[in-house]
Amino acid sequence: MAETVLTNPGQSPARPEGWRGVADDWASDQRAFKNVSWGKAMMWIFLLSDTFIFSCFLLSYMTARMSTTVPWPNPSEVFALNIAGKHIPLILIAIMTFILISSSGTMAMAVNFGYRRDRVRTAALMLATAAFGATFVGMQAFEWTKLIMEGVRPWGNPWGAPQFGASFFMITGFHGTHVTIGVIFLIAIARKVFRGDFDVERRGFFTSRKGYYEIVEITGLYWHFVDLVWVFIFAFFYLW
Amino acid sequence: MTNAAVHMEGQLHAPVHGAVATGAVHAKGQQHPIKLYLVVWGWLFVLSTCSYLVDYFGLHGYLRWSLILLFMVLKAGLIVAVFMHMAWERLALAYAILLPPVVVLVFVSIMVLESDYTHFLRVLFFATPS
Repeated sequence: MAETVLTNPGQSPARPEGWRGVADDWASDQRAFKNVSWGKAMMWIFLLSDTFIFSCFLLSYMTARMSTTVPWPNPSEVFALNIAGKHIPLILIAIMTFILISSSGTMAMAVNFGYRRDRVRTAALMLATAAFGATFVGMQAFEWTKLIMEGVRPWGNPWGAPQFGASFFMITGFHGTHVTIGVIFLIAIARKVFRGDFDVERRGFFTSRKGYYEIVEITGLYWHFVDLVWVFIFAFFYLW
Repeated sequence: MTNAAVHMEGQLHAPVHGAVATGAVHAKGQQHPIKLYLVVWGWLFVLSTCSYLVDYFGLHGYLRWSLILLFMVLKAGLIVAVFMHMAWERLALAYAILLPPVVVLVFVSIMVLESDYTHFLRVLFFATPS
């Protein structure tokens, strides 16, 4: 029964578009999201709630930075590295940004191959995404180590406003946690894809439900969101 | 009522056919040429490089902030619209997900006022003259 309910949207005739469509989809006692499965809708709603969490972090950072009378440490200098004798500002963060964007690219292609039921390529691209993610977390660990060695603490640092450490560890730590969870999520789903679970409609261990290739897109939504959050952290925390 | 009846009828008639159709809808639903993803990927690299160069060349003031925001919004838009397929979803989902974060801007403006006030008080009472 649950499955036939899901198929309804595919059967129903064309629905109105635009504002009329929004009103129609939300009106009356029915499913609001016509052609989106519950799994995808719930992932979107989870991501919306996660957006609020990261918004609160960035807002508290903004409030701390705007209200302090002590100069804020210059991120361009704090995150600079000496590579081959040259002092390059913010280079580590730039590399991390490119790695995360690359992982988003491989993820988008994994989703594409998933819907083409090309299980080997899908799994390979998902594992590549996970590898990029793990690299990102590794570089973040390096960055944390470097800053802690230089004396950054949540309650103070050698360069200026003491709130810098608290904001830095909270925001990047929470983002790094998301990346780590994403890597685990990716590996778990890639294993299922490679094993062919979604071709033979094997039932899940925990849920006893059949899986579909759509789970690759749902995993992708989460992963792209992690990249999306980094776009904002990069802009507001590192560049501002 | 009639709407519900039609839905029920649809379910009764073709449950098996329906399952196949779902698969077909999924296969068609978010099927876009690989080239599109590669182009967006390339743009994200370009935009990231641009925002890094803002820092590298040490731009200051409103020019710096507006460029950072511009590149940020463009990147976020590309990721949400293409990589997350929001451009192809129905508006009901897009508004449900994209409008609430916009309302966060109200929160931002409240906190800007609040932190200005806190800063003012700190300058008035605590700041050590330099």
